Amino acid sequence: MWDLATHSLDVAKLRGASYADVRVMHLRQRDLTTKNGQVGTLAQSESTGLGIRVLAGGAWGFASTDRLTRDGVAACAAHAVSIAKASALAKRRDVSMVPEAAFIDSWQSPFQKDPFEIPLESQLALLLAADAEMRRSKGVTLTETDMQFRSIDSWFASSLGSRIHQRKIISGCGIVATAFQGDEIQKRSYPNSFGGQHVLAGYELIESLDLLKHAPRVGEEAAALHSAAQCPRLTGTLLLGGSQLGLQIHESVGHPIELDRVLGEEANFAGTSFLTLEKLHKLRYGSDIVNVVADARIAHGPGLGSFAYDDEGVPAQCTDIIKDGIFRGYLSNRETAKLIGLERSSGTMRTESWNRLPIIRMTNISLKPGEWAYDDLISDTDDGILMDTNKSWSIDDRRYQFQFSTEIGWEIKGGKKVRMLKNPSYGGITTEFWNSCDAICSAKDWALWGTPNCGKGQPMQTMGTGHGASPARFRNVQIGTAFSGQ
Amino acid sequence: MSAKAPTNLKTKTHESRALSGERRLRGIIDDVLRIAKAAGAEEAEVHVDEVLDDLTRFANNAIHQNVSEHGITVSVRTVAEGRTSRVTTNRLDENSLRAAVDAALSLAASQPKLAHLLPLPQRQKYRAVRRFAKTTAAVTPQERARAVRRACDLAVKRGQVAAGIFSTGQSLSAMGNSRGLFAAYRETHAEFSITMQEAAAASWAKANAGDVRQFDPQQLAARASDKVHLAVDARELPTGKYTVILEPSAALDLVGFLFYDFAATALADKRSCLNGRMGKPLFGKNITIADDAYHPLQLGAPYDGEGMPREKVLLVDHGVPKNLVYSRLAAKLARKTPTGHGFMLPNEYGEAPMNLVFSGGDSSLEKMIARTDRGLLVTRIWYIREVDPYEKIMTGMTRDGLFLVEKGRVRGAVRNFRFNQSLLEALRNVEELGPAVRATGEEAFEMVVPAMKIRDFHFTEVTKF
Repeated sequence: MWDLATHSLDVAKLRGASYADVRVMHLRQRDLTTKNGQVGTLAQSESTGLGIRVLAGGAWGFASTDRLTRDGVAACAAHAVSIAKASALAKRRDVSMVPEAAFIDSWQSPFQKDPFEIPLESQLALLLAADAEMRRSKGVTLTETDMQFRSIDSWFASSLGSRIHQRKIISGCGIVATAFQGDEIQKRSYPNSFGGQHVLAGYELIESLDLLKHAPRVGEEAAALHSAAQCPRLTGTLLLGGSQLGLQIHESVGHPIELDRVLGEEANFAGTSFLTLEKLHKLRYGSDIVNVVADARIAHGPGLGSFAYDDEGVPAQCTDIIKDGIFRGYLSNRETAKLIGLERSSGTMRTESWNRLPIIRMTNISLKPGEWAYDDLISDTDDGILMDTNKSWSIDDRRYQFQFSTEIGWEIKGGKKVRMLKNPSYGGITTEFWNSCDAICSAKDWALWGTPNCGKGQPMQTMGTGHGASPARFRNVQIGTAFSGQ
Repeated sequence: MSAKAPTNLKTKTHESRALSGERRLRGIIDDVLRIAKAAGAEEAEVHVDEVLDDLTRFANNAIHQNVSEHGITVSVRTVAEGRTSRVTTNRLDENSLRAAVDAALSLAASQPKLAHLLPLPQRQKYRAVRRFAKTTAAVTPQERARAVRRACDLAVKRGQVAAGIFSTGQSLSAMGNSRGLFAAYRETHAEFSITMQEAAAASWAKANAGDVRQFDPQQLAARASDKVHLAVDARELPTGKYTVILEPSAALDLVGFLFYDFAATALADKRSCLNGRMGKPLFGKNITIADDAYHPLQLGAPYDGEGMPREKVLLVDHGVPKNLVYSRLAAKLARKTPTGHGFMLPNEYGEAPMNLVFSGGDSSLEKMIARTDRGLLVTRIWYIREVDPYEKIMTGMTRDGLFLVEKGRVRGAVRNFRFNQSLLEALRNVEELGPAVRATGEEAFEMVVPAMKIRDFHFTEVTKF
């Protein structure tokens, strides 16, 4: 792989590139699903190729190929330079980047059990058993389970002299029960919705989830939601479970701090951001207890945003995003860091695959744990609603106004969970919401949730991001907004 | 850079870039079928897909990303002893293809016998479609860059900021199976979209076609530029129910969420909003929807993931859901005829209509505005998600140009709203339809959809811009 990578860099240089970086990648994926006691998807895929990004004439070009021969990668590199020169026909300035050192390194994400080596029969047997457990509940009309395993090898080389090999093993799993009755469809998922939990880990993740223990409850709750009370429309106290808070962080902190959005580079598709440059170090983003970091280091945990180097060859870092409630930092790359006067990229360039250009992506955007014990948080709440497990999410293109709905809610009265609520939802304005946070649970209840399906860029790229969160409480929140029109 | 000089620099660049041709893809399919038979597969199905896509992206009145992709994937499904699985690779040498077949057989063998696995379909006949435009395939990075430059120059001239994409591409797909079925399809595709920003306002225009000559990037740029100038100084209106005039892109991105509900498998799984509602009036009488892969404004192959020919299906007839689409398995279970809408197997979703065509009307955006006493003109909606799957309550935001219409005229820009609106109710409240066009948005794939004027559309929150 190194020979092909180096050859493509050489060709790019001789064709006129002033800088180039290249990623040779091998991706392998296995997908297993069941539905109603039958195997649904049973598929495996692999993809290998090379993508090269070049600067020529002061502008960027990128080309990719799956022809992994010397001729194939040379043609690809030459094509990338040709594209860059075309880009220069519509440039307003020459691209400039902050400096970065060259690194020669190799890194592998930690795992205990290679999921590709675990017998498939046992993986399917576990899913089918969980599927059956959910269907025991009367009223459940559809049961689904899934497992997904990925291995990603990346050989990165740049004209700075970096040679970095990284290997990630990613595992994910989830189960969901759906109940259709009357004129309603209700569902419950575990450990999270939309594919479950995904982290940098091996099969030990699956074993730790204990699907068979949770499957009966998932089925029972899906059916029970039909007889639950409708979540009321009110302004009040909201408690969020960790996985829902993880998605709240993703949408209302993670995306607005992407510097490419802030600088208008995503204006046509993903949108821009309310976090304009003058707000850095000045905006009160949240209450004093709100502390958010962007931490790609494996020391933060095995999140989907963990790595040793980003796809621009910049080492993983921890960046303060919100400290004691004040907005402190952006997600940057070498080019955008230069544009706003930073000394170094925060190391957030990531690519979905060899055939996609690295762009600024979230790493692990995490809310630091607070001091509350979960039971104390509940008992301290006189009147509120606890919401858990995301059902829908939506936010405007500058990341001000959001609305989420969750699968299940619980009414809290006098410090106790008193009854189940169906169709819970809440909405608000980002900064108002984070400023209303008055309690965050401790590290004991903190988990690093994986969001495997973050879409951004044109052509669209899907990326996994991590979000550490523990349950938290928010005051004066608009609750029940999603059904207010009915 | 490496200090070692490369030895072979006589490399060809994009001038030689072209799809491989149907003969080569058929050769790959034949190779895989031969390998599968030798490996003991009772039956096998092979898909080969080649893409050659280019996309030029611009922002802040300059190109900032410019990418090109060329790749071939081979996907093989084996069937043996009532079990099946799929393995996909992009390595085309004999050993890699053999490894893919072996992996598929191994995966399949690890599962319990499937209750409803069908034998592969026999050879089929397909209606010819011509969706490959040489002019699109021949567009160069330089031509895209010059078009982008002109759009950006317009923005600079008017004190605006442009962002967007100009993409062109071509693809070739072929599939075959061990029962002699063979199908192939090639197309070109082109897209231009642009967001113009002026002060705090933005507006947007987009077109998508098989032939790049069917749209003019400069016209789209001018439309977005003219519109954003009207969008500055947006004022805030109270939330509530408004008559809305949805431009085709906005209408598409909303109604696009209906497509999977017409899958027979979705009804069998009881996750469709049409459960218990087939054959009964559900939408307004002015709503008629078909799935028609052969409509002149559609793109896409004339066959489905199993190689079955796509049939035209009338889904909604004057407000009444009439028919569903069926994969082979869904058809067998429901004692119906397959309609050619199945996904590649194995999968748990079955099928879906992918070429929706709404019947249009004789109105137009201009007429709708002229006949509106008070309402909102919606350019684009965004981040649409399903809140309630049975009542089909959708939430989302307006974006890039929301305008107040009063007494038949556009009266200025309005701050963006969030909606929470039942799609079923919205399609009961359609007052006017424009001509159906090839609409393109960002939330749904392209369909043939008209502009719509809808009464009592519910906006529940307002944002800050």
